[in-house]
Amino acid sequence: MTGNPAPAAAYKGPLPRATPETQPFWDGAKAHKLMLPWCEDCGQAHFYPRALCPHCHSVRLAWRQASGRGKVHTFVINHKAARGFEDKVPYVIAVIELEEGPRMMSNLVMDETPTPENVHVEMPVAVVFDDVTPEVTLPKFRPVR
Amino acid sequence: MTAGTGTLQRKVAIVGAAETDALGKLPHMSRLALNAQAARKALEDAGLSFRDVDGIFSSVADPNELSEYFGIVPRYVDGTSVGGCSYIIHVRHAVAAIAAGYCSVALIVHGESGRSWIDMDRPGNPASPTGQFEAPFGASGAPTLFSIPVLRHFHQYGTTKQQMSHVPAATREWALLNPKAIMHKAGPITPEDVMASRMVCYPFNLLDCCLVADGGGALVLVGADRARDCRRKPVYVLGTGEAAAHRQVGMMRDFTMSDSSTLSGRLAFAEAGLGPADIRHLMFYDAFSFTPMMFLEDLGYCGRGESGPFVAETRKDATGRTIYKTGPGGALPMNTNGGGLSYCHTGRYGMFALLEAVYQLRGEAGARQIPGLDVSLVHGPGRHFAAAGTLILANR
Ligand SMILES: [Zn+2]
Repeated sequence: MTGNPAPAAAYKGPLPRATPETQPFWDGAKAHKLMLPWCEDCGQAHFYPRALCPHCHSVRLAWRQASGRGKVHTFVINHKAARGFEDKVPYVIAVIELEEGPRMMSNLVMDETPTPENVHVEMPVAVVFDDVTPEVTLPKFRPVR
Repeated sequence: MTAGTGTLQRKVAIVGAAETDALGKLPHMSRLALNAQAARKALEDAGLSFRDVDGIFSSVADPNELSEYFGIVPRYVDGTSVGGCSYIIHVRHAVAAIAAGYCSVALIVHGESGRSWIDMDRPGNPASPTGQFEAPFGASGAPTLFSIPVLRHFHQYGTTKQQMSHVPAATREWALLNPKAIMHKAGPITPEDVMASRMVCYPFNLLDCCLVADGGGALVLVGADRARDCRRKPVYVLGTGEAAAHRQVGMMRDFTMSDSSTLSGRLAFAEAGLGPADIRHLMFYDAFSFTPMMFLEDLGYCGRGESGPFVAETRKDATGRTIYKTGPGGALPMNTNGGGLSYCHTGRYGMFALLEAVYQLRGEAGARQIPGLDVSLVHGPGRHFAAAGTLILANR
């Protein structure tokens, strides 16, 4: 899944456009690092990246790399393809609870077709990086034993 | 029914209510034409005209568009747009605006070309939070986004698909009694039929999902003094609530409850001076089978995590027919028009939940009428459990 830039024309899914407060997250993903904003006042990480801490509203934020480990907090197995996902159904959309606390939406990268039997809430996962275009890398998650 | 204590009690009433002539596939009507027909019919129902309207409340069409389309200059505008519950919230805002003297005749209007998609905007700003953190993962569209919280509830409380499948089955029973319901002639369905229907987004099968239709509806509100002179039996606003907690479904604080619904419901009950046990007719926005289950818990009709066994309670009548707890003949009538699941769903269904409460409280609901009904509870989510609106309505 990592390190294989796909030709730009091949990828049909919607691509994110970074804003100033999210740019370090997307830059980090491109460098295959899962970066999170941490609050220098209350010490908590948050996601998605904002210009102020949603816990204490401080603006003293610093970016640090997260471990990339987490677990599936909730998920769906989508059979109704979103635009650009026609060749990917069924695919798992999961809310991942990161070890550092914040939750983020992503996909599970699996070797087998996802079913209610092989995907579970609380399943441990680790980040992998999907270089969907030369410019954009999406952080995704793979089940770990 | 006990008297409430809220300061806005019975100061404002709904005196006009109507849906468009048809609901379903209407390729001959644009988004704005649906708004216009619903508005004209609701004003006619109230015995008023567009010239009387001095407050306009809308969401799929914004108040600028509608003022222009109708050729009026209202002195109060509210374009609150927080998803399907926007119209429920509009009623709350109209009550406040009328009480403050900012307008005297409030028109709340909905029209949406949800199926034919005539003059409708597609979402998809790639720099928005949803554009950056949901859409790139193939997370878009109501069936996908509304299903996200469900398996967390299943995991935490042991809720099952079999239990959840009772909601569409019970709701279909109501549609069979409503000639305007899109599924009126489609026949009954069982929980097993729901589970056997095509998989859309696990844990939702096709029959767990609402309809997709074109249509519209509108309400006219005036102060209580003026309401007594109107053609229709006034439906009074007893309690109101609203709240907004997030925008992306993935940002829910707790996927087994909605913070906005819980707060909105509490506000409405407090304002009306009533509790769940006092209200036995529920219009709980059913975008999907699971949606009203969340609200049964959030608004205190059952305990946390208990909505699965609650909706799956059935009994047999003398003829051997299954009576669902929330269906016709059941202990807690819910979504008596046939709901978003079997009556109509345009995209922002909240207006239709409101209309059914009004028809029931006026005694106009025909074969599905709840006898002796005096108070009704309307509750809906905005987007995916992100916002919420609640109303308690009464006919005296
Ligand atoms: Zn902080």
